[in-house]
Amino acid sequence: LCIGAHNTLVRGMNITNSTASDGYLHWNDLLIDISPFAWANIGVSAAIGVSVLGAAWGIFVTGSSLVGAAIKAPRIRSKNLISVIFCEAVAIYGVIMAIILETKAGTPPPQFMVPGLEGVYKLSFSGYGIFAAGLVVGLSNLCCGICVGIVGSSCALSDAQNPALFVKILVVEIFGSALGLFGVIVGIIMTAGCSFQDTR
Amino acid sequence: MAGDMMTFNIKDGFMEAVCRGFRSGLLNTTDYSNICQCDCLDDVKQQLACTDYGDFLSNEHPPIATTTIAEKSTDKLVQEFNWVRSQSTAPLTKFLDYIRYSYMIDNVILVITGTMHDRDPHELLEKCHPLGLFDSLASLCAATKTSELFQLVLVDTPLAPYFSEAVTDADLDELNIEIIRNTLYKAYLEDFYKFCTAMGGATAEVMGDILKFEADRRAINITINSFGTDLTKDDRAKLLPSFGFLYPEGLTRLEQAEDFQGVRDACECYGPYRNIFADVGYSSEKSLEDAFFEFEVAQNRLAFEQQFHYGVFYAFVKLKEQEIRNIVWIAECIQQDQKSRINQYIPIF
Repeated sequence: LCIGAHNTLVRGMNITNSTASDGYLHWNDLLIDISPFAWANIGVSAAIGVSVLGAAWGIFVTGSSLVGAAIKAPRIRSKNLISVIFCEAVAIYGVIMAIILETKAGTPPPQFMVPGLEGVYKLSFSGYGIFAAGLVVGLSNLCCGICVGIVGSSCALSDAQNPALFVKILVVEIFGSALGLFGVIVGIIMTAGCSFQDTR
Repeated sequence: MAGDMMTFNIKDGFMEAVCRGFRSGLLNTTDYSNICQCDCLDDVKQQLACTDYGDFLSNEHPPIATTTIAEKSTDKLVQEFNWVRSQSTAPLTKFLDYIRYSYMIDNVILVITGTMHDRDPHELLEKCHPLGLFDSLASLCAATKTSELFQLVLVDTPLAPYFSEAVTDADLDELNIEIIRNTLYKAYLEDFYKFCTAMGGATAEVMGDILKFEADRRAINITINSFGTDLTKDDRAKLLPSFGFLYPEGLTRLEQAEDFQGVRDACECYGPYRNIFADVGYSSEKSLEDAFFEFEVAQNRLAFEQQFHYGVFYAFVKLKEQEIRNIVWIAECIQQDQKSRINQYIPIF
């Protein structure tokens, strides 16, 4: 009932009559009819899901090389866990952002039906904003995780050959893991004004 | 390709890391200089005990022969290779099998030649290279004609596709054995090259270079060895592999070559080979074979510069073989008291 009322309100703004019985005629109508709550929650799932995908990818890439190289050079075991920790940090960024976005996208108050148009705009704005922030965080963490993983694999193999290389390659990994932070920062700024709670 | 970097470690990351661990166990310049300073083979055994070789000679009672050293070192290589192969998954297993096929070809030819000269089968099997052993090798001793060989024994082995019609009908005599060996090897090299190119990415790049050099080296050796024999130019042309840096212009020139100078002229068109022939011409110390080994070592060393490809496995096997040859050379020099020539081994790292 609530969604239907929301959609009528939104559709009421559309001048064209495109609610043909066999479906939508324009992409615009389809997209507008998707509820902002759907957008927001997809954003939250992207933030955590894609980040974890990136972190897991990075961990298996670096972990397999680490385990193999440690057979002949056992001294690299403890130091090279740092690469795994960097990849794990990527997943943590994802979790943190997902929690922040979820609090913005959480259960809307019963009086979300706002008379007047600015409420609807605010809902749409928040929905789109949270979706986009989720994508930003997710994709940047995906790339960051893969990057840190591949560099971590090379780091383990080089460290096994020549211990002096470890710290140098760690610097490359640090730059790589900054990519995830960029995504988190941008995501937080994007959703600064987004909220489903206060729509007045 | 970028995709290689992301997905290689799923199946082969552990094996590549293990292979690089083996590579770090290869002897370096300090180890070689220590071994060169030894006075007898027992000292060599003690020096080797401090390296990755460990106690591999501990069960041999003195005096140790150089053949024992060669045998035990090869055993160590075979052990490591078989361990890697047993843990690998496709397509790495197929790749490692391709490495074994060249030793299988050598073993088959060895057994056939030995049988022709009525040698004892057990003696022959002991001389076979351990990496190229397969189940039906022993039954090759019983066959007398090539057609029998093929139909009874070899059709079940992985070498079957390399036996074409011409080979199965040929008679077994001295010249023909060499022709059979080279035809088999040509078919094997071309098949391996096709396999590596189909894999794409860094594997195709690294293995492509290594195999092209191998093909050219075979071509040059076949040409040089055929001077003064009954082999016609057409027959010789059929034995040259159809890929390589010299293919196709250099190969056509090689086919026409009549003497060593002709071979040298044919290789002028490719820079690295020109340098090799330049080295060989002016100093008699280094033979063409040594120069080729040096170039091969340089190529295989380069294979370790890239990550996420199969070239490291091939390069490791070849470099380890070179190391075994080096150790045997040094041991022979020590035993025969020819210290002046002891530094003619090829250093790897």
